[in-house]
Amino acid sequence: MTAAELFALPFMQRALIAAVFTGLAAPVVGTYLVQRRLSLLGDGLGHVAVTGVALGLLTGTSPTWTAVVVALIGAVLVEVIRERGHTNGDVALALLFYGGLAGGVLVTGLGGQSASTLQSYLFGSITTISVSDVVATMVLAAVVVLLGLGLSPQLFAVAQDHEYARVAGLNVRFYNMLVAVLAAVSVTVAMRTVGLLLVSALMVVPVATSQQVARSFRVTLAAAMGLGLFASVGGLVVSAFASFHARVAPGPSIVLLALACYVVTWPMGAWLRRRARLRAPFADHVPDSADPDEHDISEQHTHDHGPDCGHVAVPHGDHVDYLHDGHRHAPHGRHYDEH
Amino acid sequence: MSQPPVLLRDGAVAVGGRPILRHIDLRVDAGEFVALMGANGSGKSTLVRALVGIRPLTAGRLQLFGTDLGRFHDWSRIGFVPQRGGAGSGVPASVWEVVASGRLTRRRLLRPMSRHDRTVVADALEVVGLADRARDGVSNLSGGQQQRVLIARALAGEPELFFLDEPTAGVDLPNQDALAGALDVLKQRGATIVLVAHELGPLAPLVDRSVVMRSGRIAYDGAPLGDQAVHDPLFGGMLDGMHSHHHVDHMHRSPHDVTPPMNAPLDRQPHEEGHR
Repeated sequence: MTAAELFALPFMQRALIAAVFTGLAAPVVGTYLVQRRLSLLGDGLGHVAVTGVALGLLTGTSPTWTAVVVALIGAVLVEVIRERGHTNGDVALALLFYGGLAGGVLVTGLGGQSASTLQSYLFGSITTISVSDVVATMVLAAVVVLLGLGLSPQLFAVAQDHEYARVAGLNVRFYNMLVAVLAAVSVTVAMRTVGLLLVSALMVVPVATSQQVARSFRVTLAAAMGLGLFASVGGLVVSAFASFHARVAPGPSIVLLALACYVVTWPMGAWLRRRARLRAPFADHVPDSADPDEHDISEQHTHDHGPDCGHVAVPHGDHVDYLHDGHRHAPHGRHYDEH
Repeated sequence: MSQPPVLLRDGAVAVGGRPILRHIDLRVDAGEFVALMGANGSGKSTLVRALVGIRPLTAGRLQLFGTDLGRFHDWSRIGFVPQRGGAGSGVPASVWEVVASGRLTRRRLLRPMSRHDRTVVADALEVVGLADRARDGVSNLSGGQQQRVLIARALAGEPELFFLDEPTAGVDLPNQDALAGALDVLKQRGATIVLVAHELGPLAPLVDRSVVMRSGRIAYDGAPLGDQAVHDPLFGGMLDGMHSHHHVDHMHRSPHDVTPPMNAPLDRQPHEEGHR
């Protein structure tokens, strides 16, 4: 089967649409979660949503919408607990983790559903997604992206420094709640793509990858969206082609591809950080000992420092120092000073 | 503008039931540069945080620009410079982005930044001398530079009243000089400034009035004090002049109560420390 034939299949087209929307939406919320050091909130809400899915299966309503409702309740609960007791934030998260997962498995059993039904939500089953689920995914993802990008100045300020944001007149509680709610929504959006147990990966891993190389928030956010899109579509396509030879689930391939991006950028980030440190200008405090005899002249210098000498040139006040074997050489007349 | 920017009457703050501030009367007039001083744990940071509404008052009445805090919504008139946070956030942010977030008090929801917004942000960076670092990550800056970024952020909102919480703590002298330069510009522009500090250093020439906190009360309010006199029980003889001062009433209420029994065991008693 060729690529054209593969993408002509209706289920594959639905899967691609879902992958595009999920890949774009999840990292938007993920960026704010990482910024607030709540990377695992998505994971916790994913566990809570398991109960929602099970309730949907039990009552015969759409599991997507029951998952949205239950995840929203969970998000509000986490936020309230976090606000009330500062120290118990992660304990609250843990309670929700286990309560959600245990509740989901229990309710599924009560409903007489087989574990495999639940499993399609736990690990995703993007290729069996129905038209109505695609529509729900598109709508919810669009809401997440629009709110996450449209309110980005406010959300950035609140996550960066909530006390300052409060004095700036922002309703900090509202924006905190909004992020939690958006996280809950993206959890259910990504549920069919990568599954509830891997949801957090698609929210957090692209952000972790992009912040390796970015220096600003906007670049981090944009790159995370790009990476999320690449990983979710790429993972889907890879698993589709690989499925001719072996059973390859799309959800895990998407997550593993996202992680592979992280592994690839990590050395690059390390190199960039090292380079930035090396080239950062020295504090512009030039030793102002007026006594010209007091400066420290570098001994035995055999070449001239310049643009092509191979030594790193670092701005230092009104001149340039060259990094030479752990020394800082500043040109001075015919010799070099040690700085 | 007859209303004073800050008017606090008999304010009190308790944190977790433990009284931190009591009987605080503070009036700051437009254009004043007030230094709020005192030892560690004397309550000066708590007072500033109460003045901007982060810490709720348990008693008393606070008015900002003549409006009760509860009904005050004109936050663009206020610029708050918090203590420099230690950890920072989990995602990189550039200097420009942090300063631009100070513009939020004046921006409408869901509108992009206007040309004027960008000009003001650039001007704020210029005042604190960081225009050339705008694209750099905040976490790559030194502590003193990060402090200046926070000042630029407050500046970007074009406020009339600044609250600065220990901007000089842990900042080296060249950076303190840069800070003093930025605050001087603000003062020239007519801003009202309330600044919390241990020691004034290069800021001393800018101060119009010193307010000294001891154990959660205002122990001195009057002419600027030197860094040494702040820790002197008698404020280097400045207390004699207090009787002619308009805040004299609360001085009579607590004339010698500079060390009420509210100190935690580890708090330093201000009068016990040596002063030269």
